[in-house]
Amino acid sequence: MAYNSADIAAFKNVWVFCEQRQGKMMPTTFELISEGRKLADELGVELCGILLGDDVDGIAAELGGYGADRVYVYNSPLLKDYTTDAYTKVIVDAVEEFKPEIMIYGASHIGRDLAPRCAARLHTGLCADCTHLDVDLNGYVEFLRTGSNVDVDNTNFETKMFDVNTNLKMTRPAFGGHLMATIVCPRFRPAMATVRPGVMKRRPFDEEGVKKIEIVHPDFELSAEDVKTEVVEVVKAAKKLVDLIGAEYIVSVGRGIAKDVDGGIALAEELADVLGGVVGSSRAVVDAGWMTADHQVGQTGKTVHPKVYIALGISGAIQHKAGMQESEYIIAVNKDENAPMFEIADYGIVGDLFKVVPLLIESIKEAKAEA
Amino acid sequence: MKIMVTVKQVPDTSGKVAVNEDGTLNRASMQTIINPDDLNAVEEALSLKDEYGCKVVAFTMGPMQAEPMLRELLAMGVDETVLISARQFGGSDTYATSQIIAAAIDTYGVDDDDIIIAGRQAIDGDTAQVGPQIAEKLHLPQVTYAGEVKKDGNVLTIKRMLEDGYMTVKVHTPCMITCIKELNEPRYMNVRGTIECWDKPLTIMDYDALKDHELIDATTIGLKGSPTNIYKSFAPPVKEPGMMLEGSGKETTDKLAHMLTSKHII
Ligand SMILES: Cc1cc2nc3c(=O)[nH]c(=O)nc-3n(C[C@H](O)[C@H](O)[C@H](O)COP(=O)(O)OP(=O)(O)OC[C@H]3O[C@@H](n4cnc5c(N)ncnc54)[C@H](O)[C@@H]3O)c2cc1C
Ligand SMILES: Nc1ncnc2c1ncn2[C@@H]1O[C@H](COP(=O)(O)O)[C@@H](O)[C@H]1O
Repeated sequence: MAYNSADIAAFKNVWVFCEQRQGKMMPTTFELISEGRKLADELGVELCGILLGDDVDGIAAELGGYGADRVYVYNSPLLKDYTTDAYTKVIVDAVEEFKPEIMIYGASHIGRDLAPRCAARLHTGLCADCTHLDVDLNGYVEFLRTGSNVDVDNTNFETKMFDVNTNLKMTRPAFGGHLMATIVCPRFRPAMATVRPGVMKRRPFDEEGVKKIEIVHPDFELSAEDVKTEVVEVVKAAKKLVDLIGAEYIVSVGRGIAKDVDGGIALAEELADVLGGVVGSSRAVVDAGWMTADHQVGQTGKTVHPKVYIALGISGAIQHKAGMQESEYIIAVNKDENAPMFEIADYGIVGDLFKVVPLLIESIKEAKAEA
Repeated sequence: MKIMVTVKQVPDTSGKVAVNEDGTLNRASMQTIINPDDLNAVEEALSLKDEYGCKVVAFTMGPMQAEPMLRELLAMGVDETVLISARQFGGSDTYATSQIIAAAIDTYGVDDDDIIIAGRQAIDGDTAQVGPQIAEKLHLPQVTYAGEVKKDGNVLTIKRMLEDGYMTVKVHTPCMITCIKELNEPRYMNVRGTIECWDKPLTIMDYDALKDHELIDATTIGLKGSPTNIYKSFAPPVKEPGMMLEGSGKETTDKLAHMLTSKHII
């Protein structure tokens, strides 16, 4: 069968799906635009955002500040709240019209609903939940040099199957973080990826970019009959969710707080306060109902890379590590000297967290006062 | 009315995982389990069956070794299972997998009051793509991340969980739902089930059974038909263990705090 997506020479430019909710841009979008800029520069092409919503022109220009050259804006009351059907139709039609060669989405609950649907309709490949993207081969090799156990100097990166210098190389953890895989989509376009929130770095905001950005309103077709689901209501969680992804300091608790749950959480909160950070947790803590799911760090929770991650009474299961091992500094307190968390900790203290943490809080207060 | 669930047999990633020299996974060294989210999919189907008395059919694509898993599902209360298995299907990425499972479901037949339920994601790849892609290939509406499902005739009202809250969505059957673990507590097999499972149908759909379906084409299935390929795979870097501090008293915490401030870490 012949697919439009197979005519790869016809596709050009890098696109980012700019997710908004209730008319506000999701912060991940700025990370994706920043990363998209890098990819567009490696290819020497333009970086475009695609923004869907109802009356969302007001939030389009800001994307220029992070490196977007152009934004395609699609406004319609039918696009106000996210529905799979409406968003897929508009995006698929836009891709067929403008033919981007790379398209990235945030790996949010919306991005991971939308991207597979678009990829299946366009007949192209999609790599889920990526943590690293490269076009340039040298960049990829450098990434492997520091970010893997691959002996890069004795590895052949060339292949007859495709041009390794122009194809997007999408790297992601698999098998619960035991393995990393780099995926390519050599025969179809756009090559699509969802990108894990919090992983790509935001570039410094540049006011000039906001002035230069081009905002385009292409014609498009969308009718109520295209949408097979009905959004009855959208409810925002009443309490403020913890901002683990943006935090510089995270103090996480695990099942080690079991003997005094409230006391353990209070200690973590106090330590987090002293550092100006927030409290996270292992899944065991969430499963036990001691903390809400938005605190969970790990494979099925959030991926964080704070400056300092303090693990209190967390054993360090692979699924937990998968969400925090990229932290700049890891400090572990555990009464079991063989806890796997110590294998990746920069500083470890073997002891009872209920005894160690109050002392640590005191020491940090004193050290900060001296410094 | 019937409910079709898609269930995958996966390596147990919570145990020790052996990685081969070439960076691939040593599957032979690993235990297999029913993908955790898929147990929630099965549970949701069975509780709808308890309430409405419908039939539940489980579909899995994989090697013939998946059969014992299907017996387990039958013992839990599933009425019928379909094992989609052929050499030609091997090496499929999510696109190709969805194409094949969609063809199998379509061959089995989708009626107006049917519901298809998948897990949110499989723990081997964590892609969460196969559910939506099956829905796309079957031209069905989808609701992913279902945290609560209510049925009223042919209309389902679903709480679709978001990172910052939820959406309530109404959808007509036939449709695809993908579920998260918060949806329910999966049941266990019971003694009667483990006896009855041997009399229930376990059908095998091989290449011949599906080859004439329009979704099955050399360009859309198996390793060759997959749009994505693995370029490299490797083990993540092992972080060098850092410094274990001696003791756990105030001297120790003082020492740590001073190191942190002097290096401007805090
Ligand atoms: C598919 C799947 C996905 C998963 N996803 C995640 C995920 O996203 N995030 C996650 O965290 N887990 C996840 N898990 C679970 C993971 O495998 C572990 O079960 C979990 O991380 C363990 O949590 P824990 O370290 O708090 O508890 P435990 O493993 O029970 O460890 C408790 C630790 O506390 C120590 N301790 C006890 N008392 C004290 C004390 N007084 N002072 C100091 N130390 C003490 C103990 O020595 C022990 O090391 C997942 C599992 C699966 C199968
Ligand atoms: N080989 C398979 N056989 C049956 N169901 C599958 C298969 N692969 C994926 N699924 C279904 O699709 C869901 C998402 O899988 P994945 O996209 O691989 O994360 C799983 O929870 C299953 O319900």
